[in-house]
Amino acid sequence: MAEHKIWGAIAAFKSDTEILEAARKVRLAGYSKFDCHTPFPVHHLDQAMGMKRSKLPFFILACGATGLLSGFLLQWWTGAVAYKLVIGGKPFFAPEFATPIMFEATILLSAFGAVFGMLGLFNGLPTLYHPIFNAAISKRITDDRFLVSIEAKDPQFDATKTTEFLKSLEGAEEVQTVEA
Amino acid sequence: MQAVANDLKVPEKNPLAKPLLIEGDQTYATLTEQVSSVVEGKTPRNWYIGFAISLGGTLMMWSLLAYLVLTGIGVWGNNQPVGWAWDITNFVFWIGIGHAGTLISAILFLFRQKWRTSINRAAEAMTLFAVACAGLYPAFHVGRIWFAYWLFPLPYNQGMWPNFRSPLEWDVFAVSTYGTVSLLFWYVGLIPDLATLRDRATTRARQLVYGIFSLGWRGSNRHWQHYEIAYMILAGISTPLVLSVHTIVSFDFAVSKIPGWHTTIFPPYFVAGAVFSGFAMVMTLMLVARWALNLQHLITMYHLEVMNKIMLVTGSIVGYAYAMEFFIAWYSGNMFEQFAFLNRAFGPYAWAYWTMITCNVISPQCFWSKKLRTSIPFMFFISIVINIGMWFERFVIIATSLHRDFLPSSWGYFRPSWVDILTFAGTFGWFMTLFLLFIRFVPVIALAEVKGVYAGQLHKAHAHEKH
Repeated sequence: MAEHKIWGAIAAFKSDTEILEAARKVRLAGYSKFDCHTPFPVHHLDQAMGMKRSKLPFFILACGATGLLSGFLLQWWTGAVAYKLVIGGKPFFAPEFATPIMFEATILLSAFGAVFGMLGLFNGLPTLYHPIFNAAISKRITDDRFLVSIEAKDPQFDATKTTEFLKSLEGAEEVQTVEA
Repeated sequence: MQAVANDLKVPEKNPLAKPLLIEGDQTYATLTEQVSSVVEGKTPRNWYIGFAISLGGTLMMWSLLAYLVLTGIGVWGNNQPVGWAWDITNFVFWIGIGHAGTLISAILFLFRQKWRTSINRAAEAMTLFAVACAGLYPAFHVGRIWFAYWLFPLPYNQGMWPNFRSPLEWDVFAVSTYGTVSLLFWYVGLIPDLATLRDRATTRARQLVYGIFSLGWRGSNRHWQHYEIAYMILAGISTPLVLSVHTIVSFDFAVSKIPGWHTTIFPPYFVAGAVFSGFAMVMTLMLVARWALNLQHLITMYHLEVMNKIMLVTGSIVGYAYAMEFFIAWYSGNMFEQFAFLNRAFGPYAWAYWTMITCNVISPQCFWSKKLRTSIPFMFFISIVINIGMWFERFVIIATSLHRDFLPSSWGYFRPSWVDILTFAGTFGWFMTLFLLFIRFVPVIALAEVKGVYAGQLHKAHAHEKH
């Protein structure tokens, strides 16, 4: 049997307070390629892990602006350029009547940006496979366990030392290496 | 941690203490279990009975719509001068129902109202299904439904485009955007919970289906970060969206020159009415779901009471709007306007008008009484009364304003045909079919969110112990 490559090491915790402390210690120990897996978003975990603010809002803003512009172009071009038609003596184009649809188009594209941007661009989902699923305990991430994972890619990673380190964290259980 | 959970008690005699949102001895695992078991357990017999009845209604509705398409709009009771009748009444009724779902999921989220977590999932689902009912009416009332695609700006061989100067076209965009955004918002909230079901799946089919729809979610905090931002922004944009939708629906009337329709109060009045009727529908559904699915610990009396208070507020806004319409009709000095409103209250449709007043203005006032707003049978009854009242509101606005035209020679009266009545009854079957499928296959409670609220509750209790 060929030797399996190690993807990283994990440790499981029982509460959000424990994972906060664990994340802080992992960061202070100098690890950078690590992650936490939790059943719900844990307050202040971003800071504990030393994460930067999400750039997603800028992407959504760009999508919304595209929506606004396309709502305007659609109504102006179809009404005032492509096919001029007098209806009730109203102008071919006027911002007053164009506002509702420009608004709706802005909302629609912002929502697309928020959902598909968040999933596809920023989180790399959907994904068919991830090594963490190889650990049986990962099934409880969506139930009642809080996991820390340190990837083998991390320059400080060393299978023995890192697992020892994880074991030293308060409340750590099921410390193990995970295959890629 | 568990020990803390067990003696989580609000100190006695503290009138300011907030009631717990999650009751009973809980852990994260028991919460998972409670919510997932609804979907994983054996299908109860009552579900099959309910589903069979609903499916019957759905089939009836589609058959009658097919009959309408094959025969023509004449199978409905619409006439001259009442060109819009039950079709648009039902459209506005259903779309209004949906608004409570978005209010709960978006507006209450922005206001950090944590009690929303127990009911937001079901309320959002209700929004989607209500939109699915509402959308049928504008589509089918065009008569020649095979031309319904003319509503959309598509480059087809005539080279013509929709008339963007008409509020009816704004409505096409508003309702379709609303439906799409509500679906996305609902689905984003579902992803972590679908992952829970995937991880608990015992059969290959469940693993596969929940696996596909949970998109490989692994609870990563690097994902949660973007997820929370996306959710927040979706809530932020859904808030003006939901207000815009009923505003634009009200423009369908207010932008016309019909006395009784041409009023500036319509947008806020319609939005308040929509929230009012929607909360009543959420209440009806949640009382049944809470009882049938044993969710009393998650949907507590506190939740129900808060919803009743919202109904009291929005019901009073609606009552104020009714009064203000009359005041403005008098104050305007416009005889057509005055006639329209006097005729509304004392004309041939007075019976509908006073039904509306009784159901919408008088009945929610009972909720001033703490005893009544915490009585489950009473709130169930009132929630149904309000739904009836809000249907009558739309009917009154539409039919009474149209049936007296400017020339007495064109006056008329509208009576629904049997097709009108049965199609509308069928939409309830369609709505319930979708809702029953939802509670059977999707977690009815936003599990990840409830766990977040529960964690907060634990920390509070913990901090309290230290003092």
